[in-house]
Amino acid sequence: MSTNLPVPTMAEFAATGEVPEVLFWVGCAGSFDDRARKITKAFVRILNAARVKYAVLGQEETCSGDPARRAGNEFLFQMQALQNVTVLNGYGVKRIVTACPHCFNTLKNEYPALGGTYEVLHHTQFINALLKEGRIKVEGGDFKGKRITFHDPCYLGRGNNEYEAPREVLLKLDAALVEMKRSKQNGLCCGAGGAQMFKEAEPGKREVNHERGEEALATAPQVIAAGCPFCNTMLTDGVKHFNKEGEVKVLDVAELIAEAGDL
Amino acid sequence: MSVSSILFLILVAAAAALFARNLRRVIRNIALGRDEQRNDRPAERWGIMARVALGQSKMVVRPVAGFMHILIYIGFVIINIEVLEIVIDGLFGTHRIGAFMGPLYDVLIGSFEILAVGVLLACVVFIARRAVLQLPRFHKPEMKGWPTKDAMIILVTEIALMGAFLKMNAADQVLAQRGVEHYTTAGAYPVSSLLQPFFASMGTGTVLAFERFFWWFHIIGILAFLNYLPYSKHFHIILAFPNTWYSKLQPRTEMANMPRITGEVMSMMAPSVAPPEPAPARQVAGIEVPERFGAKDVFDLSWKSLMDAYSCTECGRCTSECPANLTGKLLSPRKVVMDTRDRLEEVGRNIDANGGTFKDDGKSLHSYISDEELWACTTCNACTQVCPVNIDPVHVIMEMRRYLVMEESRTRPALTGMFNNVENNGAPWAFGQDKRMEWAKE
Repeated sequence: MSTNLPVPTMAEFAATGEVPEVLFWVGCAGSFDDRARKITKAFVRILNAARVKYAVLGQEETCSGDPARRAGNEFLFQMQALQNVTVLNGYGVKRIVTACPHCFNTLKNEYPALGGTYEVLHHTQFINALLKEGRIKVEGGDFKGKRITFHDPCYLGRGNNEYEAPREVLLKLDAALVEMKRSKQNGLCCGAGGAQMFKEAEPGKREVNHERGEEALATAPQVIAAGCPFCNTMLTDGVKHFNKEGEVKVLDVAELIAEAGDL
Repeated sequence: MSVSSILFLILVAAAAALFARNLRRVIRNIALGRDEQRNDRPAERWGIMARVALGQSKMVVRPVAGFMHILIYIGFVIINIEVLEIVIDGLFGTHRIGAFMGPLYDVLIGSFEILAVGVLLACVVFIARRAVLQLPRFHKPEMKGWPTKDAMIILVTEIALMGAFLKMNAADQVLAQRGVEHYTTAGAYPVSSLLQPFFASMGTGTVLAFERFFWWFHIIGILAFLNYLPYSKHFHIILAFPNTWYSKLQPRTEMANMPRITGEVMSMMAPSVAPPEPAPARQVAGIEVPERFGAKDVFDLSWKSLMDAYSCTECGRCTSECPANLTGKLLSPRKVVMDTRDRLEEVGRNIDANGGTFKDDGKSLHSYISDEELWACTTCNACTQVCPVNIDPVHVIMEMRRYLVMEESRTRPALTGMFNNVENNGAPWAFGQDKRMEWAKE
């Protein structure tokens, strides 16, 4: 996609006195990581197709603080969080959707203690609702009959008990959903959480994402579906490690829907 | 009162007193932790306790071990009804005081015997899983020495106790059949009747001696085992209940806020807000524990983390699911919990040896748990998900990381870079905040 997407900001909404239906929290990965930007755009195409009145914070958005908190730097976390809460409350934000389970967990569970209470949704939950309400329609398209395995992000699944929304969305693709040996509550981490994404792994025998990549590949999938930009990076590397990147794609749930629906 | 009744009374009283003392020691140690409110939402807490501790819901996730464990668990609970009879008989010189219940007594004794066999078999299987099958989770580095011995002592003791119980019943019924005074033919003996031929050829005096020996062996064994609990992983049979009641009710990945830091950050953001006064040092075990950011030692952890440590039965399900451990990293969540307990016990002994005051020993929890272990955690919560008694090792790891970073500035170099980026650019990478919308322009 090389089209210039018109993406409305909260500031623009505020200027016209209008209130968007939902704030799309893009997150740092979604804003800056080359791979994750594609997920962001896919989700925006879904939002546009469903005619969702949404806005982003744009340059007013800053890191949720999750990696700082998990790495032990509570000061830095709270500096970020309080700054974000001030901005969000300033705009009177009630509802937030994000494609990052780490932002999702932090905004949903950890901001209330700092004065920021919002209804926070993961994008797979939001897309699931759009499909159920008939605001977007998807027929299998390219993915009809394809073998897809879903990797549960820890911060969505075990962390926040959401296992079904992404699977319900994937079932709309008329694909063959296959489960990995360790899935849902027992899902194996991709290796990126707890700020590991931003450091070298501690010494060991193997990389966590190779372990998970191998397990995902064991389901003989055509697509490994992810719901987290960090899992996506880790699994993509895991697939490359086994030289399977030609046969197996790692795609976000939003990308699958956007592509299948030709949105 | 007969001599044996007096002896028995002294024995039971001494065992009870010793157990009370041990329990007080453990409670004292748990109370060394920081205060934390965990009394909210009681209905939910009772529900969790009923499901997880009473109902063993997380044990059966692994069906083989779960089934065996339930055999031992039910056997333990039910057979203890028999212990009540033994205690009454022992105190009042009666014999099989429950016999008046008639058919109900038959059912009770009969089911005790069948359960005893169940317990016995399960213990044999458990020994085989450890010693013969060599399940990896029982042979991790932290299991070397005492933990492995402890497990074997428990299993062998249970086998010995169940064996004594069945042999006691067999000898008892041989005596009853011979019409020996005091012995009644009440009860059904589906299992021990098979052992009766062993005593059949013996003289009545010898059988009597055997019966008394097994009776005393069984009850002394149980009283000794009770007092072994507070020194053993087997303590979980008691602590599983309170520990699940006090479970974390928030989403697994939610980290608790540090209000003190909120005050500091707010005063940094708005100069009109005065920085908070430092909290007064906490008086505990004769020392002053200053308010710290994160956990240096057991004093800095919540009492719940310390209860977690005593509740652990070292099953290693956490470690066997940990992505770091599975890929050969040093981190083992079970070791984190065991280290917390071992350090807490060390602190407790120190306090006892110094007349109630903790004497600085130059050590801390960080002497047990290395930075390398702490930095290997992905916070995926696989460990908290599988723990059969809802222990939370991630919380200890995160509190220790907080100490490392905020009190010691000890981190991993790449993380320092990430901190700088977040602070300067509002993102963990070196991209400016003004570039946040670039993605929409490509």
